[in-house]
Amino acid sequence: MKALKAISAALALPIVIVIVWWFGTMNETNPFVPKPGQMVTDLFTVWVGPLMAEQVVPSLYRLAVGLGAAIIVGIVLGLLIGGSRLARALTGPAFEFIRAVPPPVLLPVLLLILGIDDRSKIFLIFLGCLWPILLNTIDGVRSVDSVLGDTTSTYGMRGWARFRWFVFPAALPRIMTGIRLALPIAIILMVVSEMYAALDGLGYRIMLFKQTFQMGPMWAGILIIGLIGIVMAGLFRLVERRVLAWYYGQREVEKQ
Amino acid sequence: MNTDVTGTTPKGEVLLSVQGVQKVYSTPTGRVEAVRDLTFDLGKGEFACLVGPSGSGKTTLLKVISGLMPATSGHVVLDGKEIDGPPRGMALVFQEYGRSLYPWMRVAENVELPLRAAGVPKAERRARVEEALEQVDLAHVPRSYPWQLSGGMQQRVAIARAIAYRPEVLLMDEPFAAVDAQTRADLEDLVRKVWKELGITVLFVTHDIDESVYLGERVIILSSSPTIILEDLHIDLPAERDQLETRSMPEFVEQRHHVYEQIQKAKRGYNADTASMPAVAASGV
Repeated sequence: MKALKAISAALALPIVIVIVWWFGTMNETNPFVPKPGQMVTDLFTVWVGPLMAEQVVPSLYRLAVGLGAAIIVGIVLGLLIGGSRLARALTGPAFEFIRAVPPPVLLPVLLLILGIDDRSKIFLIFLGCLWPILLNTIDGVRSVDSVLGDTTSTYGMRGWARFRWFVFPAALPRIMTGIRLALPIAIILMVVSEMYAALDGLGYRIMLFKQTFQMGPMWAGILIIGLIGIVMAGLFRLVERRVLAWYYGQREVEKQ
Repeated sequence: MNTDVTGTTPKGEVLLSVQGVQKVYSTPTGRVEAVRDLTFDLGKGEFACLVGPSGSGKTTLLKVISGLMPATSGHVVLDGKEIDGPPRGMALVFQEYGRSLYPWMRVAENVELPLRAAGVPKAERRARVEEALEQVDLAHVPRSYPWQLSGGMQQRVAIARAIAYRPEVLLMDEPFAAVDAQTRADLEDLVRKVWKELGITVLFVTHDIDESVYLGERVIILSSSPTIILEDLHIDLPAERDQLETRSMPEFVEQRHHVYEQIQKAKRGYNADTASMPAVAASGV
């Protein structure tokens, strides 16, 4: 019953939008305005099948590798930098600078340096996702509780033991926040990286449909991007609820 | 009243020796001397209370003793070895129980962690955790998370963790200041019981005069900051203590009264500076 309620609450607004959209575009003759019925038809007739494997799978592969590398590197670097005052002082200004540069700006350069294959695209996704994860991890490490830190010290936990049992779990809520912020960035950069000098991918195919005036399939491609976003957010929430169960439990108790 | 700063010599072997400890903080506005000069010995198996007015550098002193913070001068010797970091033979129970337990670990895991980090074999770890939880009457909640428990229970978990670690010295920093009065009485008796059963040495910091006299075999009275020892008092009460009986004994009332007077004196600003210049203080204005 509770689950049913949650599902209907989540679907209510999308259903309303689709209905309004449906009736609003029923008598529309402009071929550039998307119609929901046409979009779904095109999704199944054009995209589902070989096109999915040829264009969507390479995109998802690059997304997974870029984001995965950003998560690993962001957490490891963040734990190391966050744990050292010197490292924080040294990296602070440089990070602020690099962070202010929008990753898509770097794409032409990356294409020239790394070539037009997967590497430049993966690197772009990696670079864009790294910052929120890295900076949140550093903040998470910095803001660990001092009493808990003293406790850890008095029980003789240093080095790896301290990281594993205290610093990492204590910083985990912030780390997860960083990853959540990185998810939409990953999708944006996945599509953007495929819009220039690409041979395959969702972004490439959407551009191709646009240039050949196949508006229905183009809109269906955009729909797929949105669906990828929903699935990723859902998976993320599953993982988060699991690894941060203690955090949400504690907050719930403190609220009462 | 004369101050007895030489202290009572502890019976038996000296376990912890605090020698001329001074602590000065460097702050942006200048140097702040929190602790002036503290010297005392703690014998093996003793239960001593450090009592002083608020802001008397008690927590600072405990951090220096536990090796969390270096002393500006002087040193702390545990079992013949000078301390330059948290030593193996000490466990510290903090006032802020809610911030000293790992919220991502269950109760038993919290108690077990220091043993795991120290490389104690699994079977022994399990036995010690179980035993420690039984000693604090928490054998029934090993799988709960700390934040699911009441404040008093959380502090008992912290005490269980400390005793499972089997320290030579158990340091307690105002451990019951944040729990309600009834829980507090229970926890006081629990600490006395654990001390007697395990024969460990306890150094208990508090600002509560009644608590210090009720718990300790010895009460060290501190001045206001910069801190010196005002008096090192032996407590003349039977080993078996009871919240009602002990607290109504004439000896208890008398010693409590005495400590109270000393603390009042400390509150009026009696510290290392005024103590060393009594003539100036008296004829100053």
